[in-house]
Amino acid sequence: MTASFEHSGLIRLAILAVGGQGGGVLSNWIVDLAERNGYIAQSTSVPGVAQRTGATIYYVELLPDTSSPPVLALMPSPGDVDIVIAAEIMEAGRAVTRGLVTPDRTTLIASNHRMHAVSEKVVPGDGVIGNGLVLPHIQAAAHRLICCDFAAIAADTGSHISASLLGALAGSDALPFDRAAFEATITASGRGVEPSLRAFGAAYAAARAPAPSPSPHMPAPDHAAPRAPDVAHLPDPVQDMASAGLARVIDYQDTAYGQEYLDHLASAARADAAQGGDAHQFAYTSTLAKYLANAMCYDDIPRVADLKTRSRRTARVRDELGVPSDAVLQLTEYFHPRTDELLSLLPTRVGLWVESRPALVRGIARLFSKGRRLRSDRLVPFLMLYWLAGQRRRRRGMLRHHRELAHMQAWLGCASQLLPLNYDLAVETLGTRRLIKGYSDTHTRGLAKFDRVMQGIALVQNRTDAADWARRLKTAALADVDGTQLDGVIQTIQSFSGTQAAE
Amino acid sequence: MAERSFKSEVQHLRIPAGETFRGEGILAITKALLENGVGYVGGYQGAPISHLMDVLSDAQDILSDLEIRFEANASEAAAAAMLAASINYPIRGAVTFKSVVGTNVASDALSNLASAGVTGGALIIVGEDYGEGSSIMQERSHAFAMKSQIWLLDPRPNLPSMVQAVRHGFELSEASNTPVMLELRIRACHVHGAFTTRANTPPPMTVADALKNPTRKTDRIVLPPALFYHEQEKIAERWPAAVQFILDNRLNEHFGPETDAETGKIGIITQGGMYNTVLRALQRLGLADIHGTSRIPLYVLNVTYPLIDSEFLQFCTGKDAVLVVEEGQPDFIEQAFAAMLYKAGQTVTLTGKDYLPRAGEYTGAAMYQGITNFLRDHAIDLLSDADRAPNTDAPDPAIAALTKTLPQRPPGFCTGCPERPIFAALKMVQEELGPHQITGDIGCHLFSTQPPFEIGGSTMGYGLGPASNAAFDAGGATRPISILGDGGFWHNGLTSSIGNAVYNRSDGLTVIVDNYYSAATGGQDLLSSRADNETKATNNSIAGAIRGVGVDWIRQIDRTYDVPKLRDTLREALTTDAPGPKVVIAASECMLNRQRRERPIRQQAIKAGQRQVVPRFGVDEDVCTGDHACMRLSGCPSLGLKHTGDPLRDDPVAHIDQTCVGCGNCGEVADAAVLCPSFYQADRVHNPGWLERRINGMRKSVITWLQQRRDRKWGRTA
Repeated sequence: MTASFEHSGLIRLAILAVGGQGGGVLSNWIVDLAERNGYIAQSTSVPGVAQRTGATIYYVELLPDTSSPPVLALMPSPGDVDIVIAAEIMEAGRAVTRGLVTPDRTTLIASNHRMHAVSEKVVPGDGVIGNGLVLPHIQAAAHRLICCDFAAIAADTGSHISASLLGALAGSDALPFDRAAFEATITASGRGVEPSLRAFGAAYAAARAPAPSPSPHMPAPDHAAPRAPDVAHLPDPVQDMASAGLARVIDYQDTAYGQEYLDHLASAARADAAQGGDAHQFAYTSTLAKYLANAMCYDDIPRVADLKTRSRRTARVRDELGVPSDAVLQLTEYFHPRTDELLSLLPTRVGLWVESRPALVRGIARLFSKGRRLRSDRLVPFLMLYWLAGQRRRRRGMLRHHRELAHMQAWLGCASQLLPLNYDLAVETLGTRRLIKGYSDTHTRGLAKFDRVMQGIALVQNRTDAADWARRLKTAALADVDGTQLDGVIQTIQSFSGTQAAE
Repeated sequence: MAERSFKSEVQHLRIPAGETFRGEGILAITKALLENGVGYVGGYQGAPISHLMDVLSDAQDILSDLEIRFEANASEAAAAAMLAASINYPIRGAVTFKSVVGTNVASDALSNLASAGVTGGALIIVGEDYGEGSSIMQERSHAFAMKSQIWLLDPRPNLPSMVQAVRHGFELSEASNTPVMLELRIRACHVHGAFTTRANTPPPMTVADALKNPTRKTDRIVLPPALFYHEQEKIAERWPAAVQFILDNRLNEHFGPETDAETGKIGIITQGGMYNTVLRALQRLGLADIHGTSRIPLYVLNVTYPLIDSEFLQFCTGKDAVLVVEEGQPDFIEQAFAAMLYKAGQTVTLTGKDYLPRAGEYTGAAMYQGITNFLRDHAIDLLSDADRAPNTDAPDPAIAALTKTLPQRPPGFCTGCPERPIFAALKMVQEELGPHQITGDIGCHLFSTQPPFEIGGSTMGYGLGPASNAAFDAGGATRPISILGDGGFWHNGLTSSIGNAVYNRSDGLTVIVDNYYSAATGGQDLLSSRADNETKATNNSIAGAIRGVGVDWIRQIDRTYDVPKLRDTLREALTTDAPGPKVVIAASECMLNRQRRERPIRQQAIKAGQRQVVPRFGVDEDVCTGDHACMRLSGCPSLGLKHTGDPLRDDPVAHIDQTCVGCGNCGEVADAAVLCPSFYQADRVHNPGWLERRINGMRKSVITWLQQRRDRKWGRTA
């Protein structure tokens, strides 16, 4: 043997990326870097359809140049990779499940941002797989872990994640090349050199920071309100949620509306206390504080118009797009109000009168219900929206309010009736309100799901495990859009409640 | 314009003799073609060899300097047919395509070519891929080689070996008057490495020379009585000539000790393409070093068809056991060796797929495991203590659970893809009219079968989408729908699918997805591309072609992002009383190509101070209620989720990130499906004129005044 394999100086490096992230650019940089610095480099990848937004692996082997050519591998093997670069946190997890990250040798450089897969996005509820599920595993599997939000670093420096990951690789000292050699490679590539170097430098520093925080880049909650003095009379565990709710309700309508909200909470808190709410951390009143605010702040046309015309909104849009305040920005709003949403703006009696005349409804539909694109940076459309937002002062007399109020009272009535019977079930009943969201068809579908869950709750309300069933119903309702899982749970409930009836 | 440009890399093809060439496998193959006096080249794109077509296309200047004819063939059948030039003329020709789908399409021409035999060297470069990223069914090119009697090369996956295989391929083809197939695995096509160059050689006879002196030989025509003779000739003359050439030129290689008491009793026989993976396993077991010095005797088959009995039997002599490394199934090579051993009365133990996977890719892990197990059974002394009885941990249940938790990430439509709104419209129409029988085809549009669209139930072959709905042509309660891409349309779809539907009086709907390119294979131009191409005739209309074969009901939509219009057109196609096939052509440019083309121009214009409007979409997070209905009609990578941190909310809201290209799909879908008012389009105007700035300033001051007034009145802080 001329040179033993183990001591040949071979470096094996795998890059796991999602198609479109520039994994190819990164591997080309590494090859170029190695060849400029007296190494032999072999890289391979699998292009093709896999690169269309799918998960892809690039593989590079580096060896100090010797006279006789080496025989290098074309794909990574489990337990045999020195450096793994994962361009997204779930891809880091994937590297671990594939065995590419091992505690004896692997330096893992991972960006902890999330790119949501389609399967996470289509869930009507919260389908997001959290970083917390992956982090302990990548920490345990890696010999060394460098974990930062390299996507944010790239975005902040106007570059791509390929550049920030190269910076992290340089900062990790896992390759036998110094920083200048890395930078020379970027400079030689000749495209987007300035931003690439900025991203490289920032990520280099981040990778060398004493204790890189593995926590994901989370936006600070911009709704966090200080506790309002008006909630002081409520039980302590309720006050935070009540403050947030109160702020929302006042912002939605006016202070009188806020008082209504507080009155509901006060009476609920009394009933709660009577049922031993103290022992439950006043979960009933807390849950009510959350969902009552949502119920009272239903999404109608004045609300949307208000949200679209605020100064805070203008500032946020410019901030999100990274557009300076003096730049010209044209804003087009996409609206498609349905006839019933328009009718629901009418005073209750007028609205009901119109609704009972189908020909008239059709006529209104023809005239008004169509897709509208409003340029809200122009005066006339802005004034129209501004005027619509101002209609909130008439809200209490509108047909929509009449209906929302009735629906809310039925829901509250149901929960308060259950409170003395089954505390947990009453809390779950309040939480069912989560199912109502969206506009037009989606809203209708949400309402239908809400109704079916409430019916399901009625079927189980005498059981001791009723709260578990209520929770199961709600989870199922949020899991898919057409209610297949909800049907399943309801069928199960019907099967045993039917049996019980027969007994 | 292809997705990847090799304009700068192809300059390496001019490197003079004796220098080091660095680059990708496909570039090395191209250089080898030039070094070996090829007279004409062609092919059809498709991974793994897509980029080979792109390289050839980008190298047309160099090719024409050497008087080499380059043809971007309409299909693999057309490419294989082009090799007919080598039957009667001593001109070397090479074509390339994806195997096994391309080989299937080309098989008619390949059979005829193999029957007639060749005078000039004919090389068919095929790409094969058994990996998890492969987009096609995993069958073996080996079967085609065997049935047509075409010799099959499978070189070691390094640049010098691959370059040498091109030279050997031409020489073998000419020595045996037989076409030769050169098989490359996908990673070999894209491996970055180096080799020493030879001089480029113009073809001794060019196709232009041939046209001056046309020749024909009646005995080369596949028609009785000649064709009966061809079968005899294959066995009696061409096969022995090939075997002799392979032996004389040592095309197959031996590594490792010739005779060694300890290691000589076992051996490994491997396809050339698997050599590096075998070596890595041996390296990890301490049985080979980094430069390929092996302690185990290796017999490397750079030619996997025909197999050479004498070489194989010689290798087995004196050995107790051999392992055959043969990727893919069936195990043609192992079976052939078994027959050789049986006939020769040898007793060596023949192993192969009892240690290695019967099907699928031979990964590093599979190879390491297979070779270790083989050695454990047949030469345990060679293994270290640790490898003999490894202390492997039991599989970690937490990792197994994590595997299930991690989201699958199959390929899908790119950001801003113009095909997304087509399938959003189709989904909406199905919500109205009920589910339909839908077939898919090959191309990016097949991503519609994945969530969130889940549209299309089969794919039968390139351009065969509508044909695969033929059983339903008579119609019924609902009309069958088929999808066909522009690539598939020109490849085979016009005749096999559209002509077929017209002739059989189909009542079905065909949606032709026209994205201006052969997009899935890397954005190559085709007949109906809108771009002007220096060397090819583009801008030929699909609608015109369809009308020509007799379709009367045609609707052309030139902006697929107009979802309401698409939806209405599809609804009309599915409900009209018009007889005969219905065709909707939904056309918009592939966004990947469009961005690549437009972005640099726009950046330059902005730098130069010209007015430019750059669109992007956004979501108002306090208007969005987090029901994600938009995601179920989109799946766009730039449309993701965001947790707002608002204690009153449970579910994440929609969020559009900075990768948005402003295609407009979000707004159109929100409108057409009456989703929600949270989407907005933000057009940033770069370098506005003075008048625009003035008007904008006035609007802004009025709006700001109104906003502040209301903030004050309603008691809220800005």
